[in-house]
Amino acid sequence: MGEAFESGWEGNISRGLTMPTSSLVMFEEEFKQITVVIDRLLKEANAKVVFVVDKDGQLIASSGDTGDIDTTSLASLTAGNIAATGGLAKLIGEREFSILFHEGERDNLHISIVAQRVILVVIFDQKSSLGLVRLRVKKASDELNTILQKLLQRVEKKPSDQENLLSEITDGDIDKLFH
Amino acid sequence: MSFINYSSREINCKIVYYGPGLCGKTTNLSFIFKKTNPEHRGKMISLATETERTLFFDFLPLSLGDIKGFKTRFHLYTVPGQIFYDASRKLILKGVDGIVFVADSQIERMDANMESFENMKINLKEQSYDLAGIPYVIQYNKRDLPGVAPVAELKKILNVDGAPDFEAVAAAGVGVFETLKAVVKLVLIELKKGT
Repeated sequence: MGEAFESGWEGNISRGLTMPTSSLVMFEEEFKQITVVIDRLLKEANAKVVFVVDKDGQLIASSGDTGDIDTTSLASLTAGNIAATGGLAKLIGEREFSILFHEGERDNLHISIVAQRVILVVIFDQKSSLGLVRLRVKKASDELNTILQKLLQRVEKKPSDQENLLSEITDGDIDKLFH
Repeated sequence: MSFINYSSREINCKIVYYGPGLCGKTTNLSFIFKKTNPEHRGKMISLATETERTLFFDFLPLSLGDIKGFKTRFHLYTVPGQIFYDASRKLILKGVDGIVFVADSQIERMDANMESFENMKINLKEQSYDLAGIPYVIQYNKRDLPGVAPVAELKKILNVDGAPDFEAVAAAGVGVFETLKAVVKLVLIELKKGT
């Protein structure tokens, strides 16, 4: 298990060896574009819920009826699941398993990796089928890939928004969190 | 790796509790879970064996309040401490923003502490992180037990770099929040200067 696990974001955002400072950043514009894609996927795949999660376990966006679902836990466990199966893949000489499918009695989970960066989760029941979900996911993945590439370029080029926000944080702000 | 979402105005960070088997990582999270207002935390997830040993990780999402109109959320994870779960530990360290190293103060666990600390450095390095560049704090846990090593001794062995360190009895909650606050503060300061 000697090799480092791949993480797509780092490959595109330059980072130093000492500190993982490169944050995943999401802006309003790209967020809206991602939401449009997953809203459409939800409809076209006849799915119940669609999530986009980053590989570190942070929920990026969701579509559909998430009311009964603990979305934070879902994001974290999905990332853990992908990380564990990614580890398995490496053990047998694969780079990753890009699709995982979990079949339940009522609901099913289709999990796929988009552009090696984010995880697309689709929850569906008997109103849809694995074939349909796979087909629609493929199309949505291409669209998400394009948006993510744009987002990465934007983060690389213009980190000023982020800098402004973070540099304005004072020690007092941080202390206040604990009162 | 933190996640800053300008759309939902959130800052998300990942903190990992590391340390040898049975040092009290899960106990730290359980105490935080118990004592935090349910409005400010999510469910605690423990992927554990039937004998309650951590198999993959524990997870606890915390919401700490606003900074400049951004909600700050911290995802707390523990690693499985047992030596043979090294592959899982590597996975959980991925994207880490801050680390709490929980040491077991008992003299007979000194070797296990050192081994785990070295293991942490190796696993970080494999992912191109260097411990010196990551916000981390050390907790000397189980101070209530008989036969514990003096804190000075623990410091000399585990904290040569002078990271913030805390004595704790996690089972009774002593030092748990102090440790958490310290690492959260370091993570935010790093985030501030790191960009």
